[in-house]
Amino acid sequence: MKTRALKAAIPYTLPICVGFLFLGMSYGFLMRSKGFSFTYPMLMSFFIFAGSMEFVTVNLLLSAFNPMYAFFLALMVNARHLFYGISMLDKYRNTGWKKPYLIYGMCDESFTINCTITPPEGVDRTWFMLFVTLLNQIYWVTGATLGGLLGYVIHFNTKGIEFVMTALFVVMFMNQWEESKTDTSKISFWFIHLTKRHMSAIAGLICTGLCLAVFGSDDFILPAMALIIVCFTLLQKKVESASPKCEKLTAEVEK
Amino acid sequence: MTTLQSIITIAAVVFGTLMTRFLPFLIFPENKKPPKYITYLGTVLPYAVIGLLVIFCLKDAVFTCFYGLPEAISIIFIVILHKWKKNTLLSIAGGTILYMVLVQTVFL
Repeated sequence: MKTRALKAAIPYTLPICVGFLFLGMSYGFLMRSKGFSFTYPMLMSFFIFAGSMEFVTVNLLLSAFNPMYAFFLALMVNARHLFYGISMLDKYRNTGWKKPYLIYGMCDESFTINCTITPPEGVDRTWFMLFVTLLNQIYWVTGATLGGLLGYVIHFNTKGIEFVMTALFVVMFMNQWEESKTDTSKISFWFIHLTKRHMSAIAGLICTGLCLAVFGSDDFILPAMALIIVCFTLLQKKVESASPKCEKLTAEVEK
Repeated sequence: MTTLQSIITIAAVVFGTLMTRFLPFLIFPENKKPPKYITYLGTVLPYAVIGLLVIFCLKDAVFTCFYGLPEAISIIFIVILHKWKKNTLLSIAGGTILYMVLVQTVFL
């Protein structure tokens, strides 16, 4: 039963393997180039296991000691997990001892597979989901550790390597933007018509940019997060009345 | 930062991350429906958070002596490369390498 589930899970995780090894290695290499021993990326990739937050934590470790700020930043940067969790309440039901690990290892990629893929007939779903999660974590920790180790062997001018994080988010932003084009909902602001997801993406940029201008680069993240939530709360009626598709989505999640 | 302070910082991040993952399962145990407001936020927030992270990465760029010019050039390059080839890893690698070349040779 286990080997069948493992065999079914591997092909779905292969593309993620390539991506995680590459990104994990850049992360490990970045940490090493900032003077951390390879055990940092190894342990952080294992325990935090949330890619974007690990990159952000590099900055945190290099600035003044402020664990409360680190905690709230982790909450907000990873807030999307709350919504993954809500979508997976049903699928992770009755998974027994595997449930805590499935939740612990629920990164964006494992969520995407476990949420959308139904394993082939005769394959145990719970084991399939467990292997998807486990394999992805193995790829990520391996990549980060290798990157940290390579940092000892390979030497070149690493100035500017931290831009890999910006590049990652810009590309993720574009991928989401393209994917949102299939969204049929239209929300109108005077003469501007936006789909719900494009509106969300733009709101994220504008609210954060505004708070950066007002509060400066040290204290803008928490106000930005608050402003985003306030915006969405005020827009809820408008968004839901303007888009029948959104209601359908909500209904699906509730189901 | 001392090693102990680093460990505490990492532990705070781990704890925050764990909370975001476990909270829904603790608040809504089997058979309890999450309220509509929460599911609504679930459909819009993920798109906004990426925008927030992009700005977060650029927060110090505009205040440097080049006013974020190398960042802007690299981001435009990423956008064009990604529109053209639609390859996530290629765009990330290409943009990072261009940025490294820029800050190491042109914008010193």
